[in-house]
Amino acid sequence: MEVLYGFDILCMTLSSISSQSDSLVVLGDKACRLGGDWNVQALAVSGEVDRRMALLGRARPTTDWDLTGIAKFDAVGAQLLWKRWGGVLPEGIALTDSQRALFDVLAQYPVEQSPAAPAPQLLDWVRGIGRGVFVGLEHGLGLLRMLGGFMGDFGRLLMRPSRGPWREISAQVYRVGAQALGITALVGFLIGIVLSYLSAQQLAVFGVGQFIVKLLGVATVRELGPILAAILVAGRSGSSITAQIGVMRVTQELDAMEVMGISHGQRLILPRVIALAIAMPLLVLWTDAMALIGGMIAAKLQLGLTIQWFFGQLPDAIGIKNYWISVIKGITFGAWIALAACHFGLRIKPNTESLGRGTTASVVTAITGVILIDALYAILFNEMRI
Amino acid sequence: MTAAPIISVQHLTTAFGTHVVHQDLSLDVYPKEILALVGGSGSGKTTLLRQILGLDEPRSGVIKVFGRPVHDYTGQDRIALTHRWGMLFQAGALFSALPVFDNIALPLRELHHLPEALIRDVVLMRLSWMGMTARDADLMPSDLSGGMIKRVALARALALDPELLFLDEPTAGLDPQRANEFVELIRVLHRELGFTVVMVTHDLDTIGALASRVAVLAEKKVLVEGSLETVMATKHPFIDAFFHSERGVRALGATAAKDVNHGKP
Repeated sequence: MEVLYGFDILCMTLSSISSQSDSLVVLGDKACRLGGDWNVQALAVSGEVDRRMALLGRARPTTDWDLTGIAKFDAVGAQLLWKRWGGVLPEGIALTDSQRALFDVLAQYPVEQSPAAPAPQLLDWVRGIGRGVFVGLEHGLGLLRMLGGFMGDFGRLLMRPSRGPWREISAQVYRVGAQALGITALVGFLIGIVLSYLSAQQLAVFGVGQFIVKLLGVATVRELGPILAAILVAGRSGSSITAQIGVMRVTQELDAMEVMGISHGQRLILPRVIALAIAMPLLVLWTDAMALIGGMIAAKLQLGLTIQWFFGQLPDAIGIKNYWISVIKGITFGAWIALAACHFGLRIKPNTESLGRGTTASVVTAITGVILIDALYAILFNEMRI
Repeated sequence: MTAAPIISVQHLTTAFGTHVVHQDLSLDVYPKEILALVGGSGSGKTTLLRQILGLDEPRSGVIKVFGRPVHDYTGQDRIALTHRWGMLFQAGALFSALPVFDNIALPLRELHHLPEALIRDVVLMRLSWMGMTARDADLMPSDLSGGMIKRVALARALALDPELLFLDEPTAGLDPQRANEFVELIRVLHRELGFTVVMVTHDLDTIGALASRVAVLAEKKVLVEGSLETVMATKHPFIDAFFHSERGVRALGATAAKDVNHGKP
């Protein structure tokens, strides 16, 4: 230690100490003496690591190192010095026992460099598009297979109705149907008012205000009601079904069911699809009714049409076929939303990221699908001239 | 054990509703020791650990960590405190959305000013300590086996080279060979890095191999604390059942056998 002390004095007299380095790195002709704190807290200051590396960089390969003056030292600080020395402890270094133990740990465990990340390749976007197409096809096939499985399960349910999951179905009907009455009523009512109000202004210009009943009735019952209810239910119940099944994957409940011989199709998919296929048309009619009430009120305020007259005109204006179209759309949308939600739920992998992505994909796919199916129905009914 | 305690639990009382878990419990943890908290299910070992970490608040009593009540650390102080300890959760608690590398790098990146090159070196060094390679760094937590999850979680707990390490059931869910390897890993790292360990465990092998001191939680307090021999020499139904059972004798070998001979009427 006396020898080292001698070095210190040598360093202090010969060194050119930069003012900002304080006593962190005291560089002499022959020796480099480190002081201050070399732990993770001291290093975690903006630019500190670069500054210290620059100071250390001025030491020559033959420099004698002295670390005994360091106040706080830890494995992160040791790592920094270790890197500076190129992974070898310099000869003639002065260390305390605990510092030596730390460097021993670093020396004992060689760090294997991982292969460099492959450079981004040209035309990666082409590959991306191709992959997207295949993923889309895969989802389509998966959904088709799930629909087939559902049909099989549904057939078995019709053969032996006593063994059906009725309790689960009724619970789901309550959850996706009854509990959604409030939000669908509010949205339907407000849309009805807005639509009626805007149409009334235009119709009044031509002096044909009474056509509002036909316009509002057909538009609401045939198109807007089903779409509105479907979008709300997809956001509300579709996401919750996906998340619920996804968490069952994370907690291995799905695996447990499989081990016990309980089929996912029977216990998870069937009750949800049936429940939504029952609840959805009812919700659609409910939304239709609320939108029409909103429309009636707006028509009374804007055009002075009495509620009684409006109500009396409705059956003729809408017609029974539009009513049934509304119901059929409701059943289809409900089944579709449940199938899409179950499909994405079952594909969730046991991690949080996948759960979030699966839920988003479920809702987006469900809503896009609803619009597509609606377009198909429009073409179909047009061809059938109804 | 004359040094000032690094953790000091004083007159702690914990209750969930009317169910009292701890009553006037006191416990000190000294620098560089490995303290094993032992107790039956529901004796509040994990609760005590959570309270020391400041995750749960006790009904009354004081828990001092590094000489200051743990609930007095707020804002920047609390953040600085969290840099000085590491916790190994029972199930690993790895961030499932991040690969192994990012899991270990997260506490380092949270310091905001460490350059990525140094973070990389530190993370790969931690992986190397755990006997894992750079190739494992790209794996996702869902691809890992139980033993690897524990090792990555330990690597993350050690990322900032903490002075204090908490282990909650470090060997639970590992096969005997993996458990032995993991215990040996902790033992070597403890010897070389010199951190303090507080661990909760049921595993007698782990206690026998690691613990420098054992504290037994029973009857809502620390029933007895001291070396394994001291604890085993104590007469109490729980200690008899726990340490002197057939399994205990097998696990602790000669120590236990000797004691059983003396202890039996």
